[in-house]
Amino acid sequence: MTSIAAKMRTESVSLFYGKNQALKQVTLSIPRNQITAIIGPSGCGKSSFLRLFNRMNDLIPSTKVEGQVYLEEQPIYNARIDVVELRKKVGMVFQKPNPFPMSVFDNVAYGPRVHGIKDRVHLEEIVERCLKQAALWDEIKDKLKTSALSLSGGQQQRLCIARVLAVEPEVILLDEPCSSLDPISTMRIEDLMQELKRGYTLIIVTHNMQQAARASDFTAFLLAGELIEFGPTKELFTAPRDSRTEGYITGRWG
Amino acid sequence: MSAVRRTLEADIKELEEMVLQMGSKVRESLRLTVKALKERDKDLMNWIIKNDDVIDELARQIDQKAVATIATQQPMAGDLRVLIGIIRTITDLERIGDLSESVAKEGLKIADQPLLKPLIDIPRMVEIINGMLEDALQAFMLRDANRAEKMCLRDDEIDGLRDQVQRELLTYMIEDPKTITRATPLLVISLFLERAGDHTTNIGEHVIYMVTGEVKDLNI
Repeated sequence: MTSIAAKMRTESVSLFYGKNQALKQVTLSIPRNQITAIIGPSGCGKSSFLRLFNRMNDLIPSTKVEGQVYLEEQPIYNARIDVVELRKKVGMVFQKPNPFPMSVFDNVAYGPRVHGIKDRVHLEEIVERCLKQAALWDEIKDKLKTSALSLSGGQQQRLCIARVLAVEPEVILLDEPCSSLDPISTMRIEDLMQELKRGYTLIIVTHNMQQAARASDFTAFLLAGELIEFGPTKELFTAPRDSRTEGYITGRWG
Repeated sequence: MSAVRRTLEADIKELEEMVLQMGSKVRESLRLTVKALKERDKDLMNWIIKNDDVIDELARQIDQKAVATIATQQPMAGDLRVLIGIIRTITDLERIGDLSESVAKEGLKIADQPLLKPLIDIPRMVEIINGMLEDALQAFMLRDANRAEKMCLRDDEIDGLRDQVQRELLTYMIEDPKTITRATPLLVISLFLERAGDHTTNIGEHVIYMVTGEVKDLNI
């Protein structure tokens, strides 16, 4: 499908919530240092699919996963894997900004502290680097001690991205990161994603087809738990191969 | 079907009808060049020149509407290709209109003198291009890539006729240099018509793109 090496991949993954099958034998490679968008109608399994990559589904009772997911060719559904370590490598940003009720500084420093970094100067360096990477530093460098909850929605979401960056992940999962943001904040996040893909692999779930078209390099279309089509975004949105993809992205249904 | 979807489909349908209308005006101009040349009818030549303004205005309206549709409806996939195809098609139709106008202008230069020879190959060229154009517009409406591709093959006939016209006129000019002023406009007209054929095959390529997403070069 693509000549770019896979950072992560799924192999015949099926996911069950109790008796409900949410994903059906999905096999997909996530290209390294690229932005991969996952689109599909509500309930198609796209968020479930995203949560496979850092085993977030484990937190939902009665889920069962068949098949395998690989990070750098290492299976992650494996008894020996350290899930905390996995979630450090594969960070996640959620639909609604969820900063901790503490200062901006402490939000970003939280992860590194949990992983044992105590030195103040070192923490300051990390906070500055991550806020810069998240394109937030210039706006809030004088407000590091104020509560994260006093920031705007768009700033909070970029803070959450900075918080993910602070633990030096390899992959960033974004679950509809702009759905509660205005168009300007959305554009900032999309710009940021373009910056971040140099150093990270990004996977984004989005309801917004224009966003997938604008902001991603590759797009996967899921329908009723099945992977219908995957390919370069430019191809998928101009000449999709499957009539179901065509129907969905042109708004004939869905 | 959603209201938004219906709006987009209605916009596309209206655009298609406008393209057809423009196409029939272009075909009319092209067709009448033959009559005007044969009968050395200056009024008709002037009418063809004027008709190009009507064609240009239609092109402008279609272009505006297509751009507005893209901006407001944000079409994707097949819909997007159709709108891009429409914009490209009217560019070529507009050029064919310009070429008919140019043929009429060349015609005015020789309208006061008897024709150098009876016109045979030039009318034949026009007839083929007009037929191709009809096929191209049909293929456009029916989204028929096969028909578009087949239509493009006929461009070779036009190129062959152009060579024939040129050879013949050169012979006249070599034999009797006094014929040069009457022969040159006809020579130029054959070149214009050959270009009109190329623009017609371009429309065929646009139809293939609209249907399949493939970009084919059929202008060989």
